[in-house]
Amino acid sequence: MLTGNGTFLASPDVARQERRYSRAEVALAVALLLPNLVLLGIFTYRPLLDNIRLSFFSWNISSPQATFVGLQNYVEWVQRDDTVQILMNTAVFMGVAVFGSMALGLGLALLLDQKLFGRGVVRSLVFAPYVISGAAIGIAFQFVFDPTFGVVQDLLARVGVAAPNFYKHSGWAMFMITATYVWKNVGYVFVIYLAALQARRVDLDEAAEIDGTGQLRKFWRVTLPQLRPTTFFLSVTVMLNSLQVFDIINVMTRGGPYGTGTTTMVFQVYQETFVNQRAGYGATVATIMFLILLVITMVQVALQERGRRA
Amino acid sequence: MNNDAGTHRHGGDRRRLRGAIAYLAMLVVVATVVIPLYFVLITSLKPRPDIYTQPVMWFPDEIIPDSYTTVFTAVPFWEYLRNSVFITAVLTVVQVVLGVLSAYALVFLRFPGRHAAFLFILASLMVPKEITVISNFALVAQLGWTNSFAGIIVPLAGVAFGAYLLRNHFMSLPGEVIEAARMDGTPPMKMLWRVVLPMSWPTVAAFTIITIVTEWNQYLWPFLIASNEKVAPLPVGLTLLQQAEGLTNWGPVMAGTVVTMLPILVAFLLLQKQMIKGLTAGAVKG
Repeated sequence: MLTGNGTFLASPDVARQERRYSRAEVALAVALLLPNLVLLGIFTYRPLLDNIRLSFFSWNISSPQATFVGLQNYVEWVQRDDTVQILMNTAVFMGVAVFGSMALGLGLALLLDQKLFGRGVVRSLVFAPYVISGAAIGIAFQFVFDPTFGVVQDLLARVGVAAPNFYKHSGWAMFMITATYVWKNVGYVFVIYLAALQARRVDLDEAAEIDGTGQLRKFWRVTLPQLRPTTFFLSVTVMLNSLQVFDIINVMTRGGPYGTGTTTMVFQVYQETFVNQRAGYGATVATIMFLILLVITMVQVALQERGRRA
Repeated sequence: MNNDAGTHRHGGDRRRLRGAIAYLAMLVVVATVVIPLYFVLITSLKPRPDIYTQPVMWFPDEIIPDSYTTVFTAVPFWEYLRNSVFITAVLTVVQVVLGVLSAYALVFLRFPGRHAAFLFILASLMVPKEITVISNFALVAQLGWTNSFAGIIVPLAGVAFGAYLLRNHFMSLPGEVIEAARMDGTPPMKMLWRVVLPMSWPTVAAFTIITIVTEWNQYLWPFLIASNEKVAPLPVGLTLLQQAEGLTNWGPVMAGTVVTMLPILVAFLLLQKQMIKGLTAGAVKG
């Protein structure tokens, strides 16, 4: 997926044999690369490590004084009542967001890959929400889901169904933020799948057609296997992205109702660090989240490798 | 269920049915995207009493710009808009320049540690921005940069995705042209400007539009750093407006939402081909 396995124009080994590095060229390379490497070092890698250090401290983020507390934050995390619920919220949100947007995105790509009148406009429409600010979409959909004056309750009322209170019921609040997230992001999955469908080997499809293979069978046996690398790439990307959602939750529910009704790990990191002023505990949650993420990614890569060999 | 494939009329019926289902599905898709956006737009143009009705007024009798007047006079939305434009412009220029220079060095220059430098850039894509905010916030506060443009911009300026995208593109350029220029003794920076970039504008454009969209929509970091209209960009300003008016005054909140959405939607409609090209190049190749 993200690792390019292409080769450089001349591999470093060959270059070394041909001639030694030219001093001017090395100096130029340093000048060109250094600003970017320094920025990434200071603002991406340094905080990643610093996070681990901070997780062993008790620290109010606005004070210069931090107290070393050893593993106390981790013990607290294991013992706290809200830990399980927040883990569950994160898993449910991630699971529904990944499966929902992947299934819908693939369905839309298959639909709009056909020769249909007006498909160009519909393709743009499906992709458009992806470019809109998540905060703006969150606020818009808070109104769309308004239990008294919103459009969802209005449409439900027209078919004689009483709308649930999306703001006050934890389960429905979770549904609301997940649906909003999928609405915004399905366009990305759609665009990537559509590109993959357009690049696939049409001759295989035609062979299946001549063989008289049924539509559904053709999809499972011919189309889906051809899309496997794309499916893998998307599953990793969408999972990482959905784990990081902050904007939609912050504007729609602020992690509530009932305190932690829709709080995910990322929102908890923000809440503990910047609202409760407990940066050490926030860093602990952030560190645990990063470890979980690392494990998930490694498992996915391993599964992909095995799938490739099989 | 009918195995008798020879009946031609039957197949035609089935095809027509599938076509009808496809168009019906397309209609549902259009409605799902358009209805919420229409609802937001129409609410921003309604007189206040018409917003709070049951059932919802889908086609208001009267359309007024009052909510927009409120947003631009009682609330500092011009300032938010100005800040958004400034932050997006600076970050886009810096990231495109840094991305091009990094990718050029990684592909066309020979120096020790080239592969390590590439991995350093690539692996940073795996670090979620959200877990870097604690330590970065402390650093920015120490520098006295809270509620300043520098505090928002500098920590976001490093570029990983763009460097990766452009590197892949540079490696796909025809080697003979590059070699010929090198044999002629073209100095490296001239080669970037005269040989490499002229063959790369579509990819640079794709990266540019992706960066504009990303930076315009940037949220968590500016939300933590900006506390008022001095530096807050639109999405943060919109949140401040929502916190102040929220559920009780949807009109101006929806007007603010439209103002936040509109510029990027227009940019998207004009440049969607380039943007999709950039996103799929990052995904399908590699």
